Amino acid sequence: MRNVLPVLTVVAAILGIWYLAVGPMNFRLALDAATRGGDTVTPASVAEQGQTGLIRLMLDNPDVIPAAYAFERPRLPQPQHVAVEIYQSTFGLIRRCEWQGWGADSDNWTGLSDGCLRVIENRRSLIFHAWKTLAPTLLGFAIGTGLGILLAVGIVYNRAMDLSVMPWAIASQTIPILAIAPMIIVVMNAMGIQGLLPKSLISSYLSFFPVVVGMVKGLRRPSQMELDLLHTWSASGPQELWKLRLPSSLPYLFASLKIGVAAALVGTIVAELPTGARFGLGARLLSGSYYGQTVQIWAALLVAAICAALLVGAIGAVQRRMLTRMGMAQ
Amino acid sequence: MLPRPCAGVAHSEDPGLEPGQPKGKNLGQETVIKADLLNLVFQTNDGPIHALKDVDLEIDKGEFVSFIGPSGCGKTTFLRCIAALEQPTGGSLTVNGMSPDEARRNRAYGYVFQAAGLYPWRTIAGNIKLPLEIMGFDRHEQEKRVKNVLHMVDLEGFGNQHPWQLSGGMQQRASIARALAFDADILLMDEPFGALDEIVRDHLNEQLLKLWARTNKTIAFVTHSIPEAVYLSTKIVVMSPRPGRIADVIDSPLPVERPLDIRDTSAFLEVAHRVREGLRAGHAYDE
Repeated sequence: MRNVLPVLTVVAAILGIWYLAVGPMNFRLALDAATRGGDTVTPASVAEQGQTGLIRLMLDNPDVIPAAYAFERPRLPQPQHVAVEIYQSTFGLIRRCEWQGWGADSDNWTGLSDGCLRVIENRRSLIFHAWKTLAPTLLGFAIGTGLGILLAVGIVYNRAMDLSVMPWAIASQTIPILAIAPMIIVVMNAMGIQGLLPKSLISSYLSFFPVVVGMVKGLRRPSQMELDLLHTWSASGPQELWKLRLPSSLPYLFASLKIGVAAALVGTIVAELPTGARFGLGARLLSGSYYGQTVQIWAALLVAAICAALLVGAIGAVQRRMLTRMGMAQ
Repeated sequence: MLPRPCAGVAHSEDPGLEPGQPKGKNLGQETVIKADLLNLVFQTNDGPIHALKDVDLEIDKGEFVSFIGPSGCGKTTFLRCIAALEQPTGGSLTVNGMSPDEARRNRAYGYVFQAAGLYPWRTIAGNIKLPLEIMGFDRHEQEKRVKNVLHMVDLEGFGNQHPWQLSGGMQQRASIARALAFDADILLMDEPFGALDEIVRDHLNEQLLKLWARTNKTIAFVTHSIPEAVYLSTKIVVMSPRPGRIADVIDSPLPVERPLDIRDTSAFLEVAHRVREGLRAGHAYDE
C-alpha cells in the first residue's frame, strides 16, 4: 500500500495538467462563438484572429476564457465531464436493481433483475463494449502467447529456426497493423469466418512478438553447467525443456506477458477501427469521432486504459505469487 | 623442451590403503578408469590448444584420486572426458571397460560441479529426485533413495526446505546427495568445495572421507588446494599446463583413518612437499 501516495500524486498531476489545458485547447472555438455572437473581441475579424498567436489572443480577451471551459462540444472536454460520461454509460444505466434469488429465471443464472443487467447488455454501456473488446483480446493473447512459446522453443532447439525465424518475426512487427487488419478481416470473411476469431488473430499478431523475444532469452538462461549436469544423467531434449528450461524461463515469460497483453488490447482496438465494427471500444472511438463526441472518445479511451491496467495488474499478481513460491522472486 | 609426462602408476602398493573394501573379497585391483595416451586438442580461432597430451592413467576401484595443478593444466578437461562431456581427439579412455558415452548411459558416475546448481523451485528432496525422475525410477523408490542419501550427507530433516534456506556448504552436500542418489560407483567432483570458506571446507572434507569409506565409491576429485588433495587422496595426480599433462603421480602413504590434525604430521607435510615439487618440475610456478 506504500505506493498509493505516489500513484495518487501522479494522477492528481495529470488531472491538473488536463484541466489547465482545457482552456487553451477550446479557446479559439469559444472566441469564434463570441465573435459571431456580436461580442467585442480583439482583433475583431475572424481572419485576423487566425493569424494571431493563441497566447496573445488569450491575453487580449480574458473575458472569453470562462466560455472556453463552458463549451458544450469542446475540442478537449473537462475531466469531470468524462468521468460523468463513464459513470452514465456504466453503472448509471442500472434501473430498479433487485436480487431475485438463484435460478428465478431459467435464462438468467445470476438471479439479478433485468434492471441490473442493463449495464452489461445495453448497447450504450461501456461495460458491454469493453467486454466486446476484451473477449477477442484474451483469445488473441492466448493464441499469441502459445504461438510465441512454440516459436521460442523451435528457435532454441532447432538451428535452422534459430537462423531464420527471428528476422521474420521482427519484419512482421514493422508492418503497420492498421494496414493489414482490414485485409485479415476481408480474407477471413471470404473464408466464412466472422466474429471473435478475426479480431483475435490481429491481436495475437501484436502479442506474440514480445513473448518470442522474452522466451528465447528465458529458455537460454540455464548455464552450461546446468545443461552439462542434465547431460550426465542422459536427459532427453523434452526432459531438459520441461524440467530445466521452462521453469527457469518463467521470470522472462511474465515480463513478456505484461507487454504482450497490453499489445493484444491495442491490437483488438486497432482491428475494430478500419473494419466498421459496431461493438467494442474501438467502435466507440470511431463513432465518437464521426459525430464530434469528444466526451465519448475520451470515455472509451479511459476505459481502454483501465482494462489494460487491470490485465497487466492481474498478470503481475500471478507473477508475484508464482515466482515467490518458486524461489525466483526479484 | 618440456619434460615427458610420467606415466601413472596404477596399482597401490599397500592393499591396506584401499578402505571400504568388503572383507574377504579381493576387488582391490579392478581398474575402473583407464586412459591410454589420451590427447585432446581444441581448435580455436587462435590456433589449436593442446588441452591434454599423452595422458596415461589407471584408477582402481575404491580409490580416491585427486587431480591438482594450475589453471589450464587439463584436470577439469580430463574429468569432463571421463564424463563424456568432451570428446578426446586421440588415445583411448575406458570407464568400467566401456566408452565414456556408454558408461554415462549405464549411470556409471555422478558428477558434482563447483556450484551446487540446485533448482530454486524444487525442495532439497525434489532436487535429489531430479536425476531419479529423469532415469525413470518409480515414486516409491525415489522416496526411499532420497531418504537414504539425505542420511548419508547428514541432511536428514532438510528434505522439505528450499535451497535458499540452506547455507552454501549444506547446498553442496545436497548436490553430492543428488550425485549419489542413483547409485553410481564413480563420483566425479570438479572443485566441489572451491567456492566455500576454509572452515566449512575442512568440515566437508572430513565428511567426504567418511562417506567414501562407507560407500566404497571410486572418487576422482579436482582441486586447487594442496592440503585438500593430500588430506583426501589415496593417489594424487599432479598436472601441469601448456600442454596439459601429468607431471607426477603420488601414492599417498597416509593411513586410512585421517583425523583433521593429521595435517600437522611430518608424513603429511612430506607428501605436500612432493606435490609442490611436482608442480615446480611441471613449470606450474613459472608465471
